[in-house]
Amino acid sequence: MNEEALTVAEDSPTVATGLVGAVSDFADDRQAFQVPWGKAMMWIFLLSDTFIFSCFLIGYMTVRMTTTVPWPIPSEVFALSLGGEPIPLILIAIMTFILITSSGTMALAVNYGYRRDKKKTVLLMLATAALGASFVGMQAFEWTKLIVEEGVRPWSNPMGAPQFGATFFMITGFHGMHVTAGVIYLIVTATRVGTGYYDRNRGGNYEMVEITGLYWHFVDLVWVFIFAFFYLW
Amino acid sequence: MTDAATDQAAGHQQHPLGIYLGVWALLFVLSAFSYLVDYLHLQGMLRWSLILLFMFLKAGFIISIFMHIAWERLALKCAILIPPLCLLIFIGLMAIEADYTFLARLTIFGPSAEIFAPHH
Repeated sequence: MNEEALTVAEDSPTVATGLVGAVSDFADDRQAFQVPWGKAMMWIFLLSDTFIFSCFLIGYMTVRMTTTVPWPIPSEVFALSLGGEPIPLILIAIMTFILITSSGTMALAVNYGYRRDKKKTVLLMLATAALGASFVGMQAFEWTKLIVEEGVRPWSNPMGAPQFGATFFMITGFHGMHVTAGVIYLIVTATRVGTGYYDRNRGGNYEMVEITGLYWHFVDLVWVFIFAFFYLW
Repeated sequence: MTDAATDQAAGHQQHPLGIYLGVWALLFVLSAFSYLVDYLHLQGMLRWSLILLFMFLKAGFIISIFMHIAWERLALKCAILIPPLCLLIFIGLMAIEADYTFLARLTIFGPSAEIFAPHH
């Protein structure tokens, strides 16, 4: 009940938009962000996670710029031999497509969530989780190949600058950990949608699906940057 | 909350499916282009500028459409998008220092570094 006093209805004629709206949102004696608190908090968490991943990527940039030993060439390191010919970055390309697909299924899940279509929402969320799990599996395969076959260690590797392993395992490891957490998060939320938890406890409001979706899109977003800076550069 | 009230409250987040499918297709296309940059062995400024261009385009579409930022109020947009811009300063600082460190290493530890050897 108190929340209603602090928020203003979206279609209220007294709510300004644009710059005036932004100033009044921050200045007025009311809740600054006109969204459910869960959504605002998820955004704040994603902002902090952005800084964490940025620290890793900027650290990687610094290390790569300062090493006098040539950096291993990613398209050679991450090539897979299919039918005799090594195809550069093929596994990474597949992983990227898998994550983009999962982002799409997640966006559809959020949309169907707001249409209150429980069945489609649950199916799409579980599809997203399955795609995410397969991504982690492929990353684990990549790690195994690099550690066992190529001899990459955090402190040295046969291909070039010794810092390659440390930066690679750190950045992809943290990302893979986030994907794994996201898969669990997705399964929990999907189960709750399916068993009617949000009908009983949130009055039929499926905002949690959107909030889960924000986290999942963030995971995809980080991969976009890792893909560009680590594998393509 | 009644069904109608819930729908109205959530209604502003509901957009036609087509827009998500369209952006989804676009992301696949941009990813394919990004991969082509490496597959076609593009080099130098062309490579870097295309990598960054496709990366920012993909990030922009994911953030604005999939994460709904395009439809949020300006206050939330600013709170989310402005702080990461500070990272540009961090990147600039580290790039300047990394450049210096690299040159210092070449100078002091490089092949022509006998002049830096301690004298007896």
